[in-house]
Amino acid sequence: MSDAMTSSLSVRDARPPTFVSTIATISGRELRDALRSRWFLLYTLAFAVLGLGVSYASAASAGGGVSGFGRTSAGLVNLVLLVVPLMALTAGANTIASERERGMLGYLLAQAVGRVEVLIGKFLGLAGALLASICLGFGVVAGVLAWNGAATKPASLIQLAALSVALALAMLSVGLLLSTFARRTSVATGAAVFLWLAFVLVSDLGLMAGVMTFKLPIERLFAISLANPLHVFKMWSLQSVDASLDVLGPAGLYAQETYGRWLHLMFGASLALWTAVPIAVAAVFFSRRSTP
Amino acid sequence: MIEIDGLTKTFGRATVVEAVSLAIGAGEAVALWGENGAGKTTIIRCVLGLLRYRGSIRIAGLDAWRDGKRARQLVGYVPQELGFYDDLRVHEAVRFFGKLKGLRINDVDESLARVGLGGHGGKSIRQLSGGMKQRLALSIALLADPPVLVLDEVTASLDACGRAEFVELLASLTKSPGRATLFASHRVEEIDVLASRVVTLQRGRVTSDVDAADFVRRVGARNVLHVFLRGDRVTDALEVLNTSGISARRNGRGIFIAAEPAGRARALHRLEQADIRVEDFEIVPAPAAKETTP
Repeated sequence: MSDAMTSSLSVRDARPPTFVSTIATISGRELRDALRSRWFLLYTLAFAVLGLGVSYASAASAGGGVSGFGRTSAGLVNLVLLVVPLMALTAGANTIASERERGMLGYLLAQAVGRVEVLIGKFLGLAGALLASICLGFGVVAGVLAWNGAATKPASLIQLAALSVALALAMLSVGLLLSTFARRTSVATGAAVFLWLAFVLVSDLGLMAGVMTFKLPIERLFAISLANPLHVFKMWSLQSVDASLDVLGPAGLYAQETYGRWLHLMFGASLALWTAVPIAVAAVFFSRRSTP
Repeated sequence: MIEIDGLTKTFGRATVVEAVSLAIGAGEAVALWGENGAGKTTIIRCVLGLLRYRGSIRIAGLDAWRDGKRARQLVGYVPQELGFYDDLRVHEAVRFFGKLKGLRINDVDESLARVGLGGHGGKSIRQLSGGMKQRLALSIALLADPPVLVLDEVTASLDACGRAEFVELLASLTKSPGRATLFASHRVEEIDVLASRVVTLQRGRVTSDVDAADFVRRVGARNVLHVFLRGDRVTDALEVLNTSGISARRNGRGIFIAAEPAGRARALHRLEQADIRVEDFEIVPAPAAKETTP
């Protein structure tokens, strides 16, 4: 092989790729792949259009002004709760399962890469795509609202976008975990949608049923809420926008009075755990499992 | 260069590879031969660290599972059929996989030209034919001259013409005095051109390990020519061949022609003379005697 073709004459002389460089190569590839994909475009468009709709509807019902922006934020929180987890869960769930199904995973893992590097690279690449999608969505909403002279609080919007990214990372991690287990894309996607429904609907209904049936004390209700990343996002966002959790009723008041300034830390820790634990479990499983 | 010792692989209760031991030195090209399900691909996937296994596999002294990344750094791999990122352009694919090997590729076009893909660097992978994808995989496998080459039935997805061209390319590019090559095949013509040794597998066990020339001489004589024709020409073809003294019988859309290696060309020539177009052909073990252990 000639010198012109590669900077090193032989792989024996080449410096083995480092952990970081392999992750960077794979995440760059994953990011480009995601940004070119239809799902990215569709979710970003849907998020931006729905965000605009929610913003206008909220502002109109409140007659504009800063209080109107509070309603807008609440509307956006609810929109994020629906769209972002679905986007992140399905993106994560599809990535490894689809490559396995198309025979690409075996070829990739037959290269000089470690499995943990592949997993982390994919996570970071998709995280970048989700970050871009969320920022674009919020950017469009902020831009159009400002263009129309509606009241906006840029700091609140940025906070909300940052919390949305944190939620997206947690859900992406869960999606990747599903992907390492699923042999087929359809199974991975189905499991992701099921989990999304469970997080969005079943947990809310379950909490309500729990409160009514078992007369759950308020501290336990709050503890259970902390275990659901969507609830955590909702509480954290409302607290960030409103500086209080009054809107959540007695549970919110209890949390505010009992934990005060520690709430931010508790919410952050919950989302951090939801991000770190699934990807760690996925890494262990993916590293030990044969690749069919 | 490759040392396999007591390799055993089970899927559930099924033992697919059992106590296989094999050593491949630098400059050797070892073919794994056997019917479908004999364990050829499973051994290759174990060597690549894709499957967990019992026993030991070492590549240049590195454990294929525990030191997988470093071991695979020394391996170029061409799969049976390339599952690539379809949206990637050809030159992007070469650069991407080169980066994974720790290489900075200065001239992708030259690398592609060696495998006959010169001028195709700007195409997206989905635009490539099966044969071109295999050439791309070979180009990537040979980046920076790896000391170990692993090929898994690389011509299985190609037509007869593509097969012949690809085997010729493999023969011209893969033979190197310092390289160990392990490949799975069930085509005698590939073994004839590429292998120095042939390891025969049956139900996951090694049944013989012989010199390639000896293997080809013994097995080649027991093979038949399988010719594919248009359905309405099969009867005519049988008549032409049988009246020429060539033993032939129908097999679905094609015919089996039992002839010594030298007689196969004569059979094809007779069909051409009779204006019967051969759509494809392959040399396969005689159906009645699939046992191919010499």
